[in-house]
Amino acid sequence: MAEIDTETARRVAHLARIAVAEADLPALAAELSGILAFMEELNAVDVGGVEPMVSVTPMRLRRRADAVTDGGDPAAILANAPDAREGYFAVPKVVE
Amino acid sequence: MTAALNALGIAEARELLARRAVSAVDLTMACLSAMDAGTPLNAFVHPTPDIALAQARAADARLARGEAPAMCGIPVGVKDLFCTRGVPSQAGSRILSGFRPPYESTVTARLWDQGAVMLGKLNMDEFAMGSSNETACYGPVISPWRRRGSDAPLTPGGSSGGSAAAVAADLCLAALGTDTGGSIRQPAAFCGIVGLKPTYGRVSRWGIVAFASSLDQAGPMTKSVRDAAILLRAIAGEDEKDSTSAPEPVPDFEAALGQGIRGRRIGIPREYRLEGMPAEIAALWERGAEWLRAAGAEVVEISLPHTRYALPAYYVIAPAEASSNLARYDGVRYGHRARLAQGDGIVEMYEKTRAEGFGPEVRRRIMIGTYVLSAGFYDAYYNRARKVRALIKRDFEAAFAAGIDAILTPATPSAAFGLGEKAAADPVEMYLNDVFTVTVNLAGLPGISVPAGLDAQGLPLGLQLIGRPWDEAGLLAVAEEVERAAGFVSRPGKWW
Repeated sequence: MAEIDTETARRVAHLARIAVAEADLPALAAELSGILAFMEELNAVDVGGVEPMVSVTPMRLRRRADAVTDGGDPAAILANAPDAREGYFAVPKVVE
Repeated sequence: MTAALNALGIAEARELLARRAVSAVDLTMACLSAMDAGTPLNAFVHPTPDIALAQARAADARLARGEAPAMCGIPVGVKDLFCTRGVPSQAGSRILSGFRPPYESTVTARLWDQGAVMLGKLNMDEFAMGSSNETACYGPVISPWRRRGSDAPLTPGGSSGGSAAAVAADLCLAALGTDTGGSIRQPAAFCGIVGLKPTYGRVSRWGIVAFASSLDQAGPMTKSVRDAAILLRAIAGEDEKDSTSAPEPVPDFEAALGQGIRGRRIGIPREYRLEGMPAEIAALWERGAEWLRAAGAEVVEISLPHTRYALPAYYVIAPAEASSNLARYDGVRYGHRARLAQGDGIVEMYEKTRAEGFGPEVRRRIMIGTYVLSAGFYDAYYNRARKVRALIKRDFEAAFAAGIDAILTPATPSAAFGLGEKAAADPVEMYLNDVFTVTVNLAGLPGISVPAGLDAQGLPLGLQLIGRPWDEAGLLAVAEEVERAAGFVSRPGKWW
């Protein structure tokens, strides 16, 4: 199956929103390829007719009433923010 | 008093507390001074002595009123993965530096409600991704154990390495760990203590920093099987805040101990007999089977045919879930935010924050997870791994349906290795540490590691027992038999 080349590594890093310096991309690509090679072993398994496992225990997730059960404490919510102003999380400008 | 108070286990301390022979404050003070002396181990990374003493005083007041739940007055350490109100909870990561949760995890809240005492937060691999504690932002934990005649620093294992080292070095009476692929059982084996991963859904995951949500489970790390039974009961049970916590009754696990295991059927999976398995590990495993036979159990060979695919399946599924769970660390709501350059926008903020905040192993796993979930590869990797996972679970179901009560395996493929010994190696080599433990998480089963002997260099080795879903009681009974037969009393020589 796929080998991860420098271009793919660049794309994956961007999808994951992790900055990787251009010079580090070839090494990253090699490392990721090595891990993928390890996963290729799965191709030896006959998975015909097998459903992908979605839940560890055969149980239906519990539902709760669609009601507000918590909230009303913006100070606690914002207390850990690297930058909060006037009751909001602050980030760099998103739209011009 | 022959032993120092900090060297006690939960059961012994509970008895002394109930008789008012010691106070919770005495126990706590003994642990706090052991923690001070134990600084070179780098196990406790956020000690909380003020909270500990306040909780100990409150516990003493409850004990004086004759109101004493099992954990009342027992000083414990908490893995840094649990959110604890007002106390740094960093998951061993730089990206959560400065984070002080305004809430308490369900597991720790239950412990404090029952009067347990929090000594502080314990070191761990970053986001629980590692088997040696070397990915921690605090630097690695140093194992209290050393090879005979050597002072080379060893790994305590990981990811709950701080928890294992703290219990083994008697810095606390017991500790909380979490286990996604072996993170309770492998460090417990490396440090000569008991580590129990409960059935998936037995213990609430609410307020525990998520790594791989379909695999993560919290559990006790203790000095005895009985202590694991006591601590598990204290933390187990359904929780409204975690929709995957199961509405199963929580039995008195301790009551199952001491009943004997005559007639139980114990499976020995032939696929775990790996090529190149060290003779010491094979011999220990055989000895374990003998102990159980001598206790009246029937030991039979079984087959778990998909075992060899467990590690590759795990290393698709866990990173996939991690890449999704860790998307929340974006420098907006909590933790670290990178310093931005003139003109940087929000994408640069995300990318720089995450590059600075995550260590190399976490970055690697997020990117692998992103890749296997990306368009065009989802079926080839992620869906295929989930199908293999279904087959691995089916293997266990077939064994249990054939009347097997518990499965005996080695806990780890070797004893503890030296810090730095595998650092240069390929990441896959580190992953092989989980070879015996990871199947249990994939199948959602309970598993326990029990110290069972020493290797030729004087380091602890553990045996693992795997139980039927929800049958921690039966599992603990078999584990107690291994504990009794092994008579493991070795302690690390104090060098710190």
